[in-house]
Amino acid sequence: MSEIGTTAIDEAPDEIAASARLRSRFGTTSEVVGLYAICISGALVLAAIVVAATGGSWGNVFTAIIDGSVRKPGRIGLTIGVATPMLMVALGTIVSGRAGLVNIGQEGQLVMGAAFAAFAGSRIEGPGPLALLMSILFGIVGGALWAGIAGILRYWRKVPEVLSTLLMGAIAANFMGYGLRNTWLLLAPASGRANRNQVSEPLPANMRIPRVTVFGNEFPISAIIAVLLAVVLWFVLGRMVVGFRLAMLGRNPGTAKRAGVSERRYGVGAMFVSGGFAGLAGGLMLAGGDFGNYQLVANFGAGIGFAGLLAALVARQRVLVAIFVAFVFGCLRTGSGFLRATGVSGRIADVVQGLLVLSLLLPPALLYLRERRRALAASSVRV
Amino acid sequence: MTSYESRDAGGELSSPPAVELIGITKFFGKVAACDHVDLTLRSGRIHGILGENGAGKSTLMKVLIGLVVPDSGRIRLHGTDVQIKDPIDAAAHGIGMVHQHFSLVEALTVWENVALGDVGRMDRRAVRVRVGEISEQYGLHIDPDARIADLTAGMRQRVEIIKCLRRDPEVLVFDEPTSVLAPSESAFLFEALRRVVSEFGKAVALVSHKLGEIMSATDDLTIMRDGKVEASHPTAGSDAGSLARAMVGREVKLRGVLAPEQHGHEPAPEARDHTGKVPLLRVVEATKHGSDGRLLLDRLSLDVYAGEIVGVAGVEGNGQRALGDLLSSLLSLDSGGIEVQGRSVATGVAGAVSRAGVAVIPEDRHASGCVLDFSVAENLFITEPELVSRFGVLDRRAMRSRATELIEQFSISCTGPDAPMWSLSGGNQQRVVMARELSHDPKVLVAAQPTRGLDVGAIEYMSEQLRAAAQGGAGVLLISTELEEVIDLSDRIIVISKGRIVGEMLSSAVDVERLGLLMTGTVVAHE
Repeated sequence: MSEIGTTAIDEAPDEIAASARLRSRFGTTSEVVGLYAICISGALVLAAIVVAATGGSWGNVFTAIIDGSVRKPGRIGLTIGVATPMLMVALGTIVSGRAGLVNIGQEGQLVMGAAFAAFAGSRIEGPGPLALLMSILFGIVGGALWAGIAGILRYWRKVPEVLSTLLMGAIAANFMGYGLRNTWLLLAPASGRANRNQVSEPLPANMRIPRVTVFGNEFPISAIIAVLLAVVLWFVLGRMVVGFRLAMLGRNPGTAKRAGVSERRYGVGAMFVSGGFAGLAGGLMLAGGDFGNYQLVANFGAGIGFAGLLAALVARQRVLVAIFVAFVFGCLRTGSGFLRATGVSGRIADVVQGLLVLSLLLPPALLYLRERRRALAASSVRV
Repeated sequence: MTSYESRDAGGELSSPPAVELIGITKFFGKVAACDHVDLTLRSGRIHGILGENGAGKSTLMKVLIGLVVPDSGRIRLHGTDVQIKDPIDAAAHGIGMVHQHFSLVEALTVWENVALGDVGRMDRRAVRVRVGEISEQYGLHIDPDARIADLTAGMRQRVEIIKCLRRDPEVLVFDEPTSVLAPSESAFLFEALRRVVSEFGKAVALVSHKLGEIMSATDDLTIMRDGKVEASHPTAGSDAGSLARAMVGREVKLRGVLAPEQHGHEPAPEARDHTGKVPLLRVVEATKHGSDGRLLLDRLSLDVYAGEIVGVAGVEGNGQRALGDLLSSLLSLDSGGIEVQGRSVATGVAGAVSRAGVAVIPEDRHASGCVLDFSVAENLFITEPELVSRFGVLDRRAMRSRATELIEQFSISCTGPDAPMWSLSGGNQQRVVMARELSHDPKVLVAAQPTRGLDVGAIEYMSEQLRAAAQGGAGVLLISTELEEVIDLSDRIIVISKGRIVGEMLSSAVDVERLGLLMTGTVVAHE
């Protein structure tokens, strides 16, 4: 269209469109709640059908999930213990997401973090708390390096971080597998192993994260620190210049570059921090006691990295919401432990869990698509 | 082929012309894009339509192919009145258009692209064979199985031409066909066009603002200005000088509603004499190749001194965007450099040019001027959040109150400082960008196409702001394809063509004819 075509007609319809868009934003909250209600009830209905069709009792299934996650004594503590590393991973995902990066290799970064922490834990001497801190610091470094490589490749050679983070996850798993076969790396000395399993040496008692008991629910104190960390991150991202600039990079790289936000510094930095959180999650899992016996085993990640990534997506990249979402995801995990006891086969239990996760993921995806469409519409209206 | 020849031999002057547009008028709002325009296209001839950006050429062509419905006027094909409601209608009447911007799927092959949009069962073999035939008949040299991604711009254009010719149209419209082509490719295109008209008897309309190619490639020409036909006659016998004058206008009229005494102001005499002074902004021999190897900037050099407005005139696509990007730190040079107040500034380093004191109102504000998802207040402080923060913590209250002041000062119409940027109209988004760039007291202000897409009032406001900035001692670089705007606002005009500065003149002594020739690349200034 020629320049003339867009001059005079620009203003009036625009104002109308703008007010319509504003209205739709105000309507958002009720829409979001409605969307979740529809999706979750849809998943419940589907789950009920699946369970009933395979000869189970769906009433028992949902009771089991509630019992296993929150209702039975002590289960909340267990859920908190599981949710803590998920929250850490979710926070990291939010940091990279703010910079417009899609890090989906948290599982691998988490494993690297746990491996680094275990390696350091079996070698560092010194007073317990300090050694514990050092070990966890190693975990952070491990995860940060693993994600940082992808970040550097992204800005140095334009390697898509979606691919590199995911693929490096596979490398991390093999890396740990190799470490668990060699005593000079992670494998515990023969005397420390009860059987021929490939495990690392358990952390000594003074290098384990202390556990507290609140109303009969026992969980590691790292859970409290995790929530504090979330609040700090919320402040950094939402209230500080550095968070402002990071968001600028994510929302509009061109404007950000002009305004002095270096892609390399902020983008690569965000990737390091993102991986650091995943590594921290790995370290906390190792030293927290909710995942095995304070030692690395094969398949140590247990899908926590992916769960944390999903939690960040469900929280739509909002830090404080992620605390709640991580807890819900923790519930799903601990609750499904009780599911087996209802006589429903393990695989069907997994299907039920998958359906529930899907019902939580669908609304953010739909909202995201709608926002994209709105942005596209806005950019095509204007010149 | 003989049938075409017989039609030609019948003497096209006696038979009714292929296309007659009579009294076409189209208003957009209050602006007349076309004002009682007549145009006649004859079979077997290439008709050039010449005019500046916004002269109404594109709108007229869009009327012809049914993208725009005129407010009044008639369309006659071979002497019969027709209604063209949409492009499908136009295609049915044998009118096809090759657009300036290609619509090709890079991952697909040539014949697949040609077949796109077909309905029903696809006969792969038939399409492939047909593409090969067309390519051979018209001498286009396109392999039907080549992947678009592997083709040069010129070859891609030929694919577009094949898409068009496949429907066997009688009338072909080309919109700025050479804007993306290298000279050799342009020559090839015009050879092919000549074949299309002489051997196949089609009528071709060639829209362009390049005087040289209109002169060499067309049989007839029509010059448009401000939505009106300025001249229309056979190409043979016309001279470049008078055409340039007709295209640009003998006297440059003021757009908008400024009072006459406000424009064409005489710059203070001392502002013109720059000997011994250090320029605020200096670009030295800037050279940059694009990713496709084309030269974007070719040893471009320019100086901007304090208190003056330097206008960069030129036809769109001659390096203006690269120049704007360079001064926004979005582009790193292959060679050459920029200096601000005599100090060299790194190119392509995030924020470096901005920190040196260069404010930019960018050509594409959505790409590098604002963040649509941020609030108005946030957008006002994206370059210098330090102004509203302490110890790295944003003071949201200070930000909001400063923003409220700026909103008032620059009359930005929005619901408040917290309004999301995307909720503002284009003109007000532009005001936000301008408010930010001017409020930080820049040494140099670069304004790239600052009035594009704005209404008359907003244009006037923008012009006043640019003048005020210069009077306040800043150096202003105005990059615009609107020639009138450049002449009206600038103290000094430099002309950009093919990525380099080809001429310079004072606006008080502007030679419109020479300016037109420089812009269209017809002459190069003696250096």
